[in-house]
Amino acid sequence: MKSFTYERVTDPRTACAAAAARPDSRFISGGTNLIDLMRLEIERPAHLIDVSRLPLTAIEELPQGQLRIGASARNSDTAANPIVRTRYPVLSEALLAGASGQLRNKASVGGNLLQRTRCHYFYDTASDCNKRQAGAGCAALHGANRNHAILGATESCIATHPSDMAVALTALGATMSLLSPESTTRTVPIGEFYRLPGTTPHVENNLAANELITAVTVPPPPSGRQRYRKVRDRASYEFALVSVAVILATEADTITDARVAFGGVAHMPWRSTEAEAALTGRPAIPSTYQAAADIAMESAVGRGENDFKIDLARNTLRRTLADVAAMTDRRPS
Amino acid sequence: MTAESDLNTRLSEHKDAGDPAYSVALTVNGRPYRLTVDPRTSLLDLLREHVQLTGTKKGCDHGQCGACTVLVNGRRITSCLTLAVMHDGDDIVTIEGLGSPDALHPLQAAFIERDAFQCGYCTPGQICSAVGMLAEADAGWPSHVTADVGTEQVELTPTEIRERMSGNICRCAAYPNIIAAIRDVSEGTAQ
Repeated sequence: MKSFTYERVTDPRTACAAAAARPDSRFISGGTNLIDLMRLEIERPAHLIDVSRLPLTAIEELPQGQLRIGASARNSDTAANPIVRTRYPVLSEALLAGASGQLRNKASVGGNLLQRTRCHYFYDTASDCNKRQAGAGCAALHGANRNHAILGATESCIATHPSDMAVALTALGATMSLLSPESTTRTVPIGEFYRLPGTTPHVENNLAANELITAVTVPPPPSGRQRYRKVRDRASYEFALVSVAVILATEADTITDARVAFGGVAHMPWRSTEAEAALTGRPAIPSTYQAAADIAMESAVGRGENDFKIDLARNTLRRTLADVAAMTDRRPS
Repeated sequence: MTAESDLNTRLSEHKDAGDPAYSVALTVNGRPYRLTVDPRTSLLDLLREHVQLTGTKKGCDHGQCGACTVLVNGRRITSCLTLAVMHDGDDIVTIEGLGSPDALHPLQAAFIERDAFQCGYCTPGQICSAVGMLAEADAGWPSHVTADVGTEQVELTPTEIRERMSGNICRCAAYPNIIAAIRDVSEGTAQ
């Protein structure tokens, strides 16, 4: 690990100012991804700004019914929060499907959103990786790409975004609060925060230089039942091959509202407005779910070892929709 | 010269003159320490190399195996994946702080009773993790296998224990006996 200097900040404005003063710095909160990357010298900050003790841990309901989750809230606290568990169970389920108990006790909401891909070639510094070194090429393209993207990928990069939480937040339509060194806060919908790889896979999101994520705000829960389903190579403590966050409302066996977001399939959480449109107003029956699954994967491209993920994603969505429809029938919202 | 100061001397001799160092004050197993560390030092290396408490084990050093699990302010974390300098003021409990040979922690006794290890390398992490896990379950935290995350009461079935302990790998695969030992304690039937 490269040598670095360290400072701890206690208010968000100081954090942004500190980052602006040190262009070679990184914020550190839980550190569960960054420290690994620093050990491998994929991240080489000369200065760390410790934001883990910022007073941004509150999870509170706002007057208009939204839920504001501070960026420093731990993944475990967010998953266990009574409001999250009862009003946004898809978020609690997504958090609990990720990592281990020990890591969830360290990882923060802000850090979770900014974690890097787990593409093996990104971590293997002997391999070509455009994300690690712009212009180097992509070893995954014709390599071991079982875990890689099937949607929105390019010849430059087929890595996936590893967060489960971000998939649930995408289905819920969350917005992020970003504080700048000029002390202004802008809000960005999570759907506009992440970037597809294009030809610049090293640029993963639209966070500006020295901006700090201070909170995530989730709108009042949409009507319907929620479910996060994750399919992976191990039953626990493993990243997704495919995951799906579904929110489905039905009335008299007709779907009145649908939200669909996939994880493990793209460079960012993948909301499928096409699948949502194919569900809304249609009868809650298997052929509707199949049609939604087919349209969701219409533009999917396999790269060899990950070809199976296209069918896996279809089947995961189809099955999850059927499960959630059954839940809705049993316990109308 | 004590072992600790001897080590610190040797460490300082190997440091580049320009490398920064920071003071960190923390409590380990009830005893206060003030140490000067390179900011690259993990909490795990502080415990093993500076405080000389070698019960906490280094397995993968990437937060994947759980051997280095300790309790920080009552919560279980992997000590390899956190910087010592970030723990100024924190209260750390390691396996050495849970019990002693004369007064075992109930989980230590249950692990012996149930033969919940072979080589024993993962055991300190398993036990510290189980202490933290039982507190999480007592607080009503759901898990990935909890049917309804909105439930207020969690029953620690073997399936729940397996899921909640999935961050601790046992190379000897003593899992059935680890589950049994933890169940004995969670159900209050430990000897």
